[in-house]
Parts: sequence; structure tokens; C-alpha cells
Amino acid sequence: MSRVIVVTSGKGGVGKTTTSASLSAGLAKKGYKVAVIDFDVGLRNLDLIMGCERRVVYDFVNVVQGEANLKQALIRDKRVENLYILAASQTRDKDALTEEGVGKVIDDLKSEGFDFIVCDSPAGIEKGAQLALYYADEAIVVTNPEVSSVRDSDRILGILQAKSRRAESGDAPISEHLVLTRYNPERVDNGDMLAVDDVVDLLKVPLLGVIPESQQVLNASNAGEPVILDEQADAAQAYMDVVDRFLGEEKEHRFLTTEKKGLFSKFFGK
Amino acid sequence: MALLDYLLGQKKQKSASMAKDRLQILLAHERGDRRAPDYLPQMRKEILEVIAKYVTIDQEQLQISIDEANGFEVLELNLVLPDDQKSSS
Repeated sequence: MSRVIVVTSGKGGVGKTTTSASLSAGLAKKGYKVAVIDFDVGLRNLDLIMGCERRVVYDFVNVVQGEANLKQALIRDKRVENLYILAASQTRDKDALTEEGVGKVIDDLKSEGFDFIVCDSPAGIEKGAQLALYYADEAIVVTNPEVSSVRDSDRILGILQAKSRRAESGDAPISEHLVLTRYNPERVDNGDMLAVDDVVDLLKVPLLGVIPESQQVLNASNAGEPVILDEQADAAQAYMDVVDRFLGEEKEHRFLTTEKKGLFSKFFGK
Repeated sequence: MALLDYLLGQKKQKSASMAKDRLQILLAHERGDRRAPDYLPQMRKEILEVIAKYVTIDQEQLQISIDEANGFEVLELNLVLPDDQKSSS
């Protein structure tokens, strides 16, 4: 049975698209058939992060408005089998997407045999973000260990619980998962950054994974390759753990600590 | 300095714990607002108008919330009267 996953955060720039790209590539590597949809109409970026920006001919809005069919618009990833990208439109206004239109595309993807449909939400809590989460079965809330991101995540959790199709129809609620990105254990140890336990405690959402702050994430987006494919990178391993846990595997959390300081440095400062 | 701080146990509150404290208060407040029924702001305004007929109060001093406790819905009003009002009335 196919599952619809929304990757959302409220705040912009926290790593939604990076997470969408790596999650969908990771799931496809596991052998599942995956479609990842960019809901950020007017400001598309998933194509760039996935390295297929020059192959976009038709987009999500073309499909919703019947100007192209799904097969024409889905871009097959060249690195990972069974991974398909549906780009957002760059030129249309935000009203181009409708609840019915999006619902039809998702239903069509389901009947095409996609196991996972990953919806990369735009920032904010406006229509685009609400449409991205409306049909979701699972939500991945991407948060940075930082006050405004935590607050906005809490806000989007409220919307997930009140304005999704599942909430409106009284079905089982969307299952929520927290992915904490840009985590810097050293700054946490110094008391300058919210610790993972603090964020979990504040948001009260089960933790799916922690992605360490890493130069490799920037390198990957520079190159147009989901960071999860750079297997040596810490961030890639952390994302692979996220995928495994999402699929139900029990895995210990990694990359949460720095090497402990010795007694000497503890007493005599840094 | 580090040694002195450590021995005296004088630690300035770190910014991460300030962040946590502030968020705890803020999120509790915002979650309360989210659960609140739509009529609450209007009701709050009208209650304030009635009280203002009798006492001079600061608009910000009225806290109003609806909570659930032991299966009952509890409407909680919390108003701090200014000191001079108490003595004159």
C-alpha cells in the first residue's frame, strides 16, 4: 500500500528539500518505487538539489491542469532506480494548485504503483504548505536546534493535527516524526545550542533522526546529488539511519556527541 | 578563570537553557490559544468591558483560558487588580 509522506517545517531554510531528496533517494535505494513532488510553486528547488534541473519539461502544475500527463512530467532519476521527481512550476502563481488537482495526482501515483509519495512542502503555513500536508499519512517535521525553527515546527504540528484530510475525516491522525538537522554536538556541549532531548521534550514528537551539521550537505547540493548517496559522509549515514528507522528498523542514534574533554581541560578551560 | 568558576559553582545561564525556558513558556501559551474556541477573544473583550466599568484595569492583566481537568471543561479567568484599586474599594 502506498504511503504519502510530507516533509515540512514551517520555517524556511532548515533542510526540507535536502531531507526530501535524501529520504526519497534512500527509500528508492531500498527497492521501493518513490515519487518526490516539489510543492513550492514559484520557487522550485528540488530539481536543483536532485541535479535534474535541465531535464524539467513538464511540471506538477502542468499535470494538475491537464496540460501534460503524469508519465510526461515525472523525471526518472539517473542514479537511483525507481526514483522519480515531479518538479514544481517556476512561473505560475500559487493558486495553480487545488485540493482536487493535487488529490488526483496523488491517486494517479498510487495507481501507478508508487510505494512512497514524498511531498516536499514550501516554507510557511499558507496554501502551498497546507496542500503539501493535506493528503499525508506520515509527516516528517524538519527542525533546527534553534528557537524560531522549534516554534514554527510546533505551529505546523498544530496544522497537521487540524487541517489535514485525516483530521477532517476523523481517520487515524498523521504519524509525526522529527528530524533534527544542522546539529552541532560541540555547541550543544558548550551550552550554546538546544540539545536533541530538549527539542524532543518541547515538541513532543518521536525522534526519527539527527543530521549533523556538515560541509558535505553543501557539497552535495553544489553538485546536485542527494547527500545520502555520498556514503562516506556523516550526514549520509545519518540519513540512511533515518530511512531505516522510517521503515521500522530499530537503530541507535549517532553523531550526537563529541569526544569527552579530559579532566585537565575541564579544570583549566579551553 | 575556568577553574575559579568551576570551584565556586558560579555558572552563568547558558544560552541553550535560556532558549529552552523561553520556548517552554511560549509553546504552552500558543498551544493553549490553538485549542481555544473561536468565541474566546470576543468573550475576553466583553468581560474586560464589564470589569472596566467598575475598576481601572490593565487590558493585559486578564488571562483567560479554557482547559480540561478531570473530564470537565474549566473556564479560567485570572485578573490582577492594581494595588490602589484594592484599597479604595
